[in-house]
Amino acid sequence: MTDMSYLDGNMLDGPMRELFAVDLSSAMGRCDHCGMTGPVAGLHVYSHAPGLIGRCPACTEVMVRLVRAPDRAWLDLRGTTFLQIPMPLDQPHPRPL
Amino acid sequence: MAAPTTGGRVVAPLTWRVARLVERRVETPTAQTLVLDVPGWPGHEPGQHLDIRLTAEDGYQAARSYSLAGPAEGERITVTVQRVPDGEVSPYLSDTYAEGDPVEVRGPVGGWFVWRTDETAPVLLVGGGSGVVPLMAMVRARRAAGSRAPFRLIYSVRTPDDVIYADELRRRTRDDQGLDVAYVYTRAAPEGWRGEPHRIGLADVNSHGWPPDLEPLCYVCGPTGFVETVADLLVGLGHPTRRVRTERFGPTG
Amino acid sequence: MGIVSPGFQGRPRTAEPALPPGQYLTEDFPVLSAGPTPRVSLDTWEFVLTAETGAEYRWSWDELMGLPQETPHVDIHCVTRWSKLGTDWQGVSLDTLLDGVDTAARYALAHSYGGYTTNLPLDDLRGGRAWVVHTYDGGPLPAEHGGPARLLVPHLYFWKSAKWVRGVRLLADDQPGFWETAGYHDYGDPWREQRYQGD
Repeated sequence: MTDMSYLDGNMLDGPMRELFAVDLSSAMGRCDHCGMTGPVAGLHVYSHAPGLIGRCPACTEVMVRLVRAPDRAWLDLRGTTFLQIPMPLDQPHPRPL
Repeated sequence: MAAPTTGGRVVAPLTWRVARLVERRVETPTAQTLVLDVPGWPGHEPGQHLDIRLTAEDGYQAARSYSLAGPAEGERITVTVQRVPDGEVSPYLSDTYAEGDPVEVRGPVGGWFVWRTDETAPVLLVGGGSGVVPLMAMVRARRAAGSRAPFRLIYSVRTPDDVIYADELRRRTRDDQGLDVAYVYTRAAPEGWRGEPHRIGLADVNSHGWPPDLEPLCYVCGPTGFVETVADLLVGLGHPTRRVRTERFGPTG
Repeated sequence: MGIVSPGFQGRPRTAEPALPPGQYLTEDFPVLSAGPTPRVSLDTWEFVLTAETGAEYRWSWDELMGLPQETPHVDIHCVTRWSKLGTDWQGVSLDTLLDGVDTAARYALAHSYGGYTTNLPLDDLRGGRAWVVHTYDGGPLPAEHGGPARLLVPHLYFWKSAKWVRGVRLLADDQPGFWETAGYHDYGDPWREQRYQGD
């Protein structure tokens, strides 16, 4: 299973920034299949396809799928347990409600 | 409503903007730098890239990502385009695209393969071919910001004629204090260069890089195979994976 | 439509009335892939039909080669907008493989080495319209195009023609596959331009 036809997660930033206000590549993601946690920038991204597919660099399972139609987009994150997104420090300690 | 932020930075909504060619500079027989005027360009950080989209008369579109080659000057940005044989976007940008003509750009994008000018750690840059472009943006931004972070660049090219920014790199090696540049030639080396042409290996990374205990930030950019090789070497030398940032690019042009 | 860049032509292409709407003619054979290319040894290769009852029908490589072979000459249409005319293949008709399989299923889910899946109505695998092919243009099907063997269902968009096919599950209910769960059409008729869900 060796080939070099993938790019890395940095290239998800443009298409994802159409949807969200964060650069996804600086987020950390946990692979729902093998549990590896690492930067989204480190995903192996296959782009010669009907959509974008981001695979875990450790186990090669799919973590992200993004399909873009002219008037719609589909984002499938079921292979990602969580995304940890860096945020500005504007509330040092959560307050009690 | 507050503006959306990431990592403390305000993020503008990402839309396609019209960019026009201001100037073109030939870098090598196959690489050219394009200076684009982009009204409304929000600024960017070294290492970020943008998407360029072309539309034909019949509505057919093609888009590719290009690294920004240096800091913005107001609304003027630079990209360096390597012409890919049989490509569809890079031949247009290299041969047909004329001064004043419009293309559409979307950016800047990328939050990971970025060097921030307030970083003080030593930096190792390893570029293969046109993978040097975002690394050059970091070299240029370092000097512009007066940063004293020590920089080492290892630049792998096929032949001396393929060196992008050759004159500027020579000048900066002399003038930019704390910047070292080493070349690896894969096909043909210049006269007086010690050693045989070879693909980048452990000895190159070991002798021209930083030891891991200095905790350098490493940026590796190039074709997928090159990045794979260099990243493995760095991790093998003991650099933690979170300090090795990579950007791969594919063969489409 | 975006701003036109003067002089931009793009990849050579022709929009012909003979092509489905929105498609362009290509002469080469683009390689699309959603993951690493699986390398499958012919010694361990197998094709499995699984009926809705759980009954399995298996063929080894040699057994597949021993079945009656057909040589479809067909046009193919990729949802990424390229079409290629008059491609030549060799393989075994799904009619042959389904012959003798006891099923009341209405749907099928093809699955591949490497984990890919795609769904289609079982009827579309019948009637001389679908094959398991192992030869392209007179030579062994290259791995990047789905070799050792792929599904060939040329009357639907080409993502239905699963590369590296390993088997087909016969199902009472439609079960969307890899692209169909991410927005692509469950049927995918290029002549009705069924690219995305709801088209």
